[in-house]
Amino acid sequence: MKCRKCGHEAVLNMRRHKLALCATHYLEWFPQQVERTIGKYKMFTRDDKVLVAVSGGKDSLALWDVLLNLDYHAEGLYIGLGIDGGFGYSDLSLEKIKEFMTTRPGAVLHKVDIRQAYGESMSQVAARKHRGRGKPCAVCGLIKRYVMNRVASENNFDVLATGHNLDDEVAVLLGNTLHWQTGYLARQAPVLEEVDGLARKVKPLCRLYEREIAAYAIVKGIDYIYEECPHAVGSTTNRYKELLNRLELDSPGAKLQFYITFLKAKEQGFFQKATEQVILHACENCGQPTTAPGICTFCRLWRPAQNQVEPDAQDQSS
Amino acid sequence: MAKLIHRTQEWEVKAGITIRDVILKTGLNPEAVLAVRDGQLINNDTKVQDSDIIRLIDVVSGG
Repeated sequence: MKCRKCGHEAVLNMRRHKLALCATHYLEWFPQQVERTIGKYKMFTRDDKVLVAVSGGKDSLALWDVLLNLDYHAEGLYIGLGIDGGFGYSDLSLEKIKEFMTTRPGAVLHKVDIRQAYGESMSQVAARKHRGRGKPCAVCGLIKRYVMNRVASENNFDVLATGHNLDDEVAVLLGNTLHWQTGYLARQAPVLEEVDGLARKVKPLCRLYEREIAAYAIVKGIDYIYEECPHAVGSTTNRYKELLNRLELDSPGAKLQFYITFLKAKEQGFFQKATEQVILHACENCGQPTTAPGICTFCRLWRPAQNQVEPDAQDQSS
Repeated sequence: MAKLIHRTQEWEVKAGITIRDVILKTGLNPEAVLAVRDGQLINNDTKVQDSDIIRLIDVVSGG
């Protein structure tokens, strides 16, 4: 199969686009798609300070790479959750980020190590709390959202960008549709606006397939952590992704159609917005926004002696 | 014959068929993997050649 632009051997055939591209033209095409998504949903401009949540995985590293190459002011945030899984998952993830930075002069990385900051790893606190019993993902999500928001607001970032891709979005969409979680459906979007101290959040990769992002990372030579988070094995999200990929195999473009038509339905008012205005309060311990007065859910995770207000560490590649 | 590797599994495959068909024969979904040969990404319409060693990389992973 030949590249549509130059006739050389294609590295990737994207059936949903009826487009095959060689390595050179794929590396041009991919950032253009990201730029289009940023513009289409008015995510941010080159005057904005963007905080990119990076995990060492393909999505976040590809996103950070593209934003840096497109001359956006994009700094990275790594949250060390202390997940081991028998092979040092979190440590390996950080190694990949550091390796990435050696070839990106001037890239700035903010680091928050949960165990250092709060005395326990995510896995330890999840095992201890009811919320994390059986599956630590709920605790992990809470910790990540809290830390991302806090670092963004304390360092005056205009927007927080995550590497959520189209496969992530449609897996969540499928789950919420199967359970008719209309509240979550109303909230799911490429952009979540800033609300009372909660940072503006954007997903610049939301229209790109996971396979396309992996292809970009491989062709670009970005070494990322291939292993899944040990806690994600057998997860509902992955089962939904499998189902959706089976659909995509028979109907190229089905995943994108599902997402785009959902967004259109939302625009047309199909999902009633929550009528109840959520009032946010400042946590009595850390000052971060929370829905109920008193101590926020994040601060309540930790033993009393460990509710510390910790500055983040910064790394800059030379 | 060529060799196909996915995680810890290996298969011997005949030359001449496409990567896509090889992936389908192993029970994997071509939408969920990418094929790499000699460190280079190859498209699914590429035909397997004798002595090829092709690694299949899962695209679903932590981001």
